[in-house]
Amino acid sequence: MATVTETRPAAPARPAPRPPRKGPLRWVREHIVQIVAFFVFVYMLLPNLLVVVFSFNQPKGKYNYEWEHFSLNAWLHPCAPPGMCSAVKLSLEIGILATILATVLGTLMAFALARYRFAGRAATNLLIFMPMATPEVVMGSSLLTLFVAMSNIISLGATTIFIAHVMFCVSFVVVTVKARIAGLDPRLEQAAMDLYATERQTFMRITLPLVAPGIAAGALLAFSLSFDDFIITNFNSSATSQTFPLFVWGAAQKGTPPQMNVVGTAMFLVSFIIVGIAQLIAWRRRKAKA
Amino acid sequence: MSDPAGARPDVQQDGDLRIVQVTKQFGSFTAVDDLTLTIPQGSFFALLGPSGCGKTTTLRMVAGLEDLTLGQILIGDKDITGTKPYRRPVNTVFQNYALFPHLDIFENVAFGLRRRRQPEVKRRVDEALELVELSHLARRKPAQLSGGQQQRVALARAIVNRPSVLLLDEPLGALDLKLRRQMQIELKRIQTEVGITFVHVTHDQEEAMTMADTIAVMNAGRVEQMGDPATLYENPSTTFVANFLGQSNLIRATVSGTAGDDLLLVASGQKLVLPRSRAATTSDELLVGVRPEKIRVDADGAAATLDGMNVLTGGVVSDTSFTGVSTQYLVRMPWGQELMVFAQNVGVEVLRPGTKVTLSWVPSHTFGLDAAQDAQAGVEIEGEEPAPAVGVGS
Amino acid sequence: MSALGTVGQDVAAPPPPRRRGRKVVPYVLLLPGLLWLVLFFIVPMIFLFSQSLQQGSLDQGYTMTWHWQTYVDAFQLYWPQFLRSFIYALIATALALLIGYPVAYTIAFKSGRWKNFLLVLVIAPFFTSFLLRTLSWQTILSSNGRVYSFFVKTHLLNLLQAGPYPLVTGNQLLNTPLAVITGLTYNFMPFMVLPLFASLDRIDIRLLEAGADLYGRPWTAFRKVTWPLSLPGVVAGTLLTFIPAAGDYINSKLLGNPNTTMIGQVIDGQFLRVTDYPTAAALSFTLMAAILVLVSIYVWRAGTEELV
Repeated sequence: MATVTETRPAAPARPAPRPPRKGPLRWVREHIVQIVAFFVFVYMLLPNLLVVVFSFNQPKGKYNYEWEHFSLNAWLHPCAPPGMCSAVKLSLEIGILATILATVLGTLMAFALARYRFAGRAATNLLIFMPMATPEVVMGSSLLTLFVAMSNIISLGATTIFIAHVMFCVSFVVVTVKARIAGLDPRLEQAAMDLYATERQTFMRITLPLVAPGIAAGALLAFSLSFDDFIITNFNSSATSQTFPLFVWGAAQKGTPPQMNVVGTAMFLVSFIIVGIAQLIAWRRRKAKA
Repeated sequence: MSDPAGARPDVQQDGDLRIVQVTKQFGSFTAVDDLTLTIPQGSFFALLGPSGCGKTTTLRMVAGLEDLTLGQILIGDKDITGTKPYRRPVNTVFQNYALFPHLDIFENVAFGLRRRRQPEVKRRVDEALELVELSHLARRKPAQLSGGQQQRVALARAIVNRPSVLLLDEPLGALDLKLRRQMQIELKRIQTEVGITFVHVTHDQEEAMTMADTIAVMNAGRVEQMGDPATLYENPSTTFVANFLGQSNLIRATVSGTAGDDLLLVASGQKLVLPRSRAATTSDELLVGVRPEKIRVDADGAAATLDGMNVLTGGVVSDTSFTGVSTQYLVRMPWGQELMVFAQNVGVEVLRPGTKVTLSWVPSHTFGLDAAQDAQAGVEIEGEEPAPAVGVGS
Repeated sequence: MSALGTVGQDVAAPPPPRRRGRKVVPYVLLLPGLLWLVLFFIVPMIFLFSQSLQQGSLDQGYTMTWHWQTYVDAFQLYWPQFLRSFIYALIATALALLIGYPVAYTIAFKSGRWKNFLLVLVIAPFFTSFLLRTLSWQTILSSNGRVYSFFVKTHLLNLLQAGPYPLVTGNQLLNTPLAVITGLTYNFMPFMVLPLFASLDRIDIRLLEAGADLYGRPWTAFRKVTWPLSLPGVVAGTLLTFIPAAGDYINSKLLGNPNTTMIGQVIDGQFLRVTDYPTAAALSFTLMAAILVLVSIYVWRAGTEELV
């Protein structure tokens, strides 16, 4: 019998160990927060999308809630609904004027709060905070009682709307501008004075240019608050002074033309463009730094 | 006032900067306490001290950015105490540079010239940028520059105005070590070339000693000692200066007699000699000071002749650190104190801990301080700022 | 040895010259704005309060009679609407917090390069009229729409109609409490997300890493580290959501039915249609007082921080 030298067969080559397979359920568990966030974003943006989409709708009846078929009619005849374009015009006018005044008043107050020590600081802060924390119903109705009591001096209309808008916009401007001023290094102004700039020159050449973005942001915020305001405006307007939100409210009762959506979409586009430009500037500045 | 040799004609020759009995109080806190200094025109002057000693406050008062509580500030004969900062012939290089972020480098440097409506702005700005070697970056914005470059722009922005006094508030603090050393040499070169009075505030004693013609060591709002670096180092007059500049051994001793120009002292039973001119006090209780690098350490029995030297026996090496350039010894003396000795690395064998040693040094390297002072004043703990002196009685 | 000084060492140091006129500046800056706020915010509140105690009519004029009964009558009539407003606002705020927190968390910690873009998406709703957006919900929730058919198919519709306080009535999604609450939550989402984000963004991420290191389960780490650190944002967000939601009536009018009337609608109606000014003023003032009390308690318990 021949001796067979048994050689151990070489162990079969084993593949390198692989990481444990992640089942789909595991992936969901790890990313649950992002998944929820995604759905919430859908929730937040769907109505916006619909506003844009329905501006291209050709509704059957008076109301624009059901999709019929695609049409550019609303875009081609944007001022067809009676009173809408004059309402938009009034909203723009009041918006611009109220923004200017609110920005001026708010910026002055922001400088006072950010740069000076004075008695009554806490009370001032409280007074500025309160309009932001009061329900619009209360603010609007209280202004109504004021204007009614003063009805021989002033009557309800564009002026009262303007006054109301300035009132509730100022606080937001103050907060925005104050944050920007607080972020400004005071040594820059000291350096300017050290380099022969008088107080006025320092303010015009150093302080103001560096605070300007904050003032612009405050102004934009004020304008959007003013343009879109309904409740307070509703309390302080008259039949002849309709702003765009008032028009939409009335339309919800009487008939919603797609042209409203055209205005809404136009607002959306303009806002996107402004924000896009701001982001572009910031992005280019970051690139230059690198 | 004689015209210093080689002074440039366009440097304002207005005289020495004089700080007279200046006090600054913030509420109940006294930041600067009855300070009087004269800073010679055209010199490189350093205000040295730990944080909180009042040096930056003093600088800001000279610049006009801080009001005085009491006192006066003059340049030559002109009292500028009440003058606004934009009317003083003084410019500042700020600690964080304070470059205007919305202006490019050229406009930053040109700022002072434009506000004063000076002619030939372009020529002068180009000249200043050349001086700091940044001509190629004239059109960039500050955010695009490195820390060292920003610092040079800040310098150019101040110098271009040819002020009577240039103030520098810890300008090299934010730079890394290598860059800092480079800039120290640069600043010194520029100051020599331009001839303006530089007042440099710093907490880095090495920096001050490297760059300055004259140093004033400040502590808790007062000047401890003022003089040229060598004098301050070799002959400090307070414990704070002795500990803040370099390191010192301070040994308690009592005067036992005199011998000619020397004082005879006894320290824990051992005899020491101190030249009378190097004693900063007339008290009989002294702190005898000697710098570690001045001391020679020999193993017992191996010493050569020690005549005429100050000798301390009975020491035992308790720690040895070989740092390459030198060996640092801690020697425990019979009365418990540990003395520091730096032995330069010249090939002598390193002594190990436990070795019994004798210390010796030349008497003229000794200095004497009032024992009533805090012997720990100004000592820098590893990583911390040196402690300001508390309750120094002198 | 000591500092060199040669000038006037024996004479006391003179105090430096004073500068005048600095103290007035802040008041001058504040005056126009403060005046406007006082005239058109504080004064109207006083008028509102005094109006609530007057009697008369819009045509014949009002006289001040300290008629406190108005308050009692108004409250007796309309306490359901008050209660409903607060309940709806509370639910909407809670929901907004629940679903807004993941959004804020994602943007703060898991968005990387997309952070700015996502922030823009959060405020994108504001880019167009909120009335139009709310009207869009009529489309989304309409009985001819996909959402409705989904609810029908999954029998969720039946579920929501059950119970003593059903969220859904009349076999439709629109014109129901559910629709109103959905609209309320939707409208104030950015007011919740942005403060939450601001607060989360400020957290040093190393603290979160330490938490994950110390606490084995992610939920525990969240509960013990992330949540407490984000509390300032939670407080701000809930305040900014609850207060306007309690006074809102747009959602209720456009998306609800007569049974979902909120107090804002009542006030609006009393002022502008019924023109019963004393009652309306009483209701309005009560609303503000109630909110003020609730907010004060909330802020006091949660801790005050910088309001403005």
